[in-house]
Amino acid sequence: MAFDKMELKDVEVWDGNYAAAQALRQAQVDVVAAYPITPSTPIVEGYAKFTADGYVEGEFVMVESEHAAMSACIGAAAAGGRVATATSSQGYALMVETLYQASGMRLPIVLNVVNRALAAPLNVNGDHSDMYLGRDSGWIQLDAFSPQEAYDLNLIAFKVCEDHEIRLPCMVHQDGFMTSHTAQGVNTLSDDAAYGFVGEYKPMNDMLDFEHPVTHGVQTEEDWHFEHKARQHNDLMTKVIPKIQAAFNDFEKLSGRKYNIVERYDMDDADVCVVCMGTSVETAREVALEMRAKGIKAGVVGLRVIRPFPFFEIAEALRGVKSIAVLDRSSPNGAAGMLFNEIAGALYNADTKALLSGYIYGLGGRDLTKKHLVDLFNELQANADAGKVTTKLQQFIGVRGPKLAYL
Amino acid sequence: MSEMKQIKNLKEFSTSADRFEGASLLCPGCAHSIIVREVLNATNDDLILSASTGCLEVCTAVYPYTSWDASWIHIGFENGSTAVAGAETMYKVLKKKGRLKQPDRNPKFVSFAGDGASYDIGFQWISGCMERGHNMMHIVLDNEVYANTGGQRSSSTPIGSSATTSPQGRVSYGEKRNKKDMVAIMAAHGIPYAAQVSPNKWRDMVKKIQHGFAVEGPVFINAVSPCTTEWKFDPKDTMHLADLATDTLVFPLYEIIDGHELNITYRPKNVIPVEEYLAAQGRFKHLFKDEYKYLIKEWQDRVDEKWAHLQRREEARI
Repeated sequence: MAFDKMELKDVEVWDGNYAAAQALRQAQVDVVAAYPITPSTPIVEGYAKFTADGYVEGEFVMVESEHAAMSACIGAAAAGGRVATATSSQGYALMVETLYQASGMRLPIVLNVVNRALAAPLNVNGDHSDMYLGRDSGWIQLDAFSPQEAYDLNLIAFKVCEDHEIRLPCMVHQDGFMTSHTAQGVNTLSDDAAYGFVGEYKPMNDMLDFEHPVTHGVQTEEDWHFEHKARQHNDLMTKVIPKIQAAFNDFEKLSGRKYNIVERYDMDDADVCVVCMGTSVETAREVALEMRAKGIKAGVVGLRVIRPFPFFEIAEALRGVKSIAVLDRSSPNGAAGMLFNEIAGALYNADTKALLSGYIYGLGGRDLTKKHLVDLFNELQANADAGKVTTKLQQFIGVRGPKLAYL
Repeated sequence: MSEMKQIKNLKEFSTSADRFEGASLLCPGCAHSIIVREVLNATNDDLILSASTGCLEVCTAVYPYTSWDASWIHIGFENGSTAVAGAETMYKVLKKKGRLKQPDRNPKFVSFAGDGASYDIGFQWISGCMERGHNMMHIVLDNEVYANTGGQRSSSTPIGSSATTSPQGRVSYGEKRNKKDMVAIMAAHGIPYAAQVSPNKWRDMVKKIQHGFAVEGPVFINAVSPCTTEWKFDPKDTMHLADLATDTLVFPLYEIIDGHELNITYRPKNVIPVEEYLAAQGRFKHLFKDEYKYLIKEWQDRVDEKWAHLQRREEARI
């Protein structure tokens, strides 16, 4: 090996970006092609520096746009090696065309998406608008709530998406600034343990196998297009969740850290609960414990896997709950929130009589405070007591001006 | 070391193609396949190829068939160059890491794209590839129009040409802008090699392609590709049109080394008037109306001026 290993402390103080960069180094990613955008830039800067310092043997290509970044990642992945990149917000929006091409060509690429609002108005802070934009693109989407999870889920992402039964690209999400720029203690794996977990890259249909030329990115019209898309969807629906679960199990054996397809906190006897993603999960957990001290049986469900959407695991997690709030951190722009709709869909034919309400919060990095969540849990309890939703179905929280509520 | 083919004559050339199959959906008389065969025939080395969205792409890789017996990738309209750049980067890494399955090979990385995919929508991507110094060749199949989508103007469409989005009509002679000088723009990146080629001058083309494969770094090739459908001529006349293009000097054949050393590589013995080139194509038919005849004169003046410019540059070695 022509690179040096890094000696890490058992616990390092890393922000989410650096944690992700360290995971890319430990996975010994062959090619990173990227374009800078706040707040994800430090991930690829980190890989570039590790390359410059001889801690990873690979190539960093600083291209001229995010569209080109994913285009080069696609070419590199089709050539036959381990590929990753990172982006946010507008850069992610520019990349969208190529997201569909990466997944349609069944190329395992790991994309770190450091979630940020979408303009206009321009905003550099965290919300989930960019994450929602790619939800139909055929990628696996994992959500990290903290720097620790950004590190762990990157390693898990390579293992899952490069599996020959899967061969689908994977996004690892973290909240812009709240996770990406907030340093916390991160439990590390040694370089050998991390690389051993991810494993050697095993090429398939690689363009650089000169004895077996391949044609990538063909044309299919009405005679074959539907079958290709259906097969991709079938693999997402049937193969990916078991493979993620297996990777979670292996990772727990290695690190002691346990991940679940759907994360449940205080849900065993919960009457009321909040379903959310990202850093809000931690805030909601803290408030739920305080509500329990006040006699409200509160719980929290965090979505670890966004795509494929874990319908059965969600229905199972929410069984027996009387009143549920779904939190969407993206402007719904004329509809119910995406997560609200997904949860409603997962519960519709399930064995539940739960009351469902939706909340829009935190756009453009607006804080979700504990006070907001206290009020919210109280509303949920009132719904449970009344046996009906006592508010409008969709409410905006934390926005100035007259209260906004719809439906 | 690179393995260049030694080809003696056209017959040998025409029968030696084996990595771009004859079977494709391209129009009868399309010059694209001729150019591609001439390029692929220039080397025995392995090839990693791409095509941007366009005629060549939609006509050669319709599932479950492929015309390509070399690894080939298509992503989108704008990014075929960058796809190859990504593959070339991965090649470098795997070579360094000793992970190539056949480590003793010397592959060539080539992206093909039309003029729309190169001069317009893919301009930034190609510029990026040239600037970053990837060891690759980008080849424009320049038919001066969006042929695959039915004949819209591109920034390569020449003045006076009738395209569907710049049509000639009662009060218009068609395209109003002159063609973008893409070879000059690409050469200005300081790349080791840029050249213009034409399929009728196959020895000149092969020489240039082999030069491009031999140098280290990015190479840009602009290939004139007469389009029977959009230029509106009989499919049997493709090579005649290419002859007219080079011998009227509408498409002068030259190369630019390291961004500055310009060499003219073909000097027609008998330069043909531009009018004959225009008269052979339906897209210029309206220029022969009395009120537009001044445009034919302007065409000739422009071609003469460009030829003089190229000669001055060649002489001055700048």
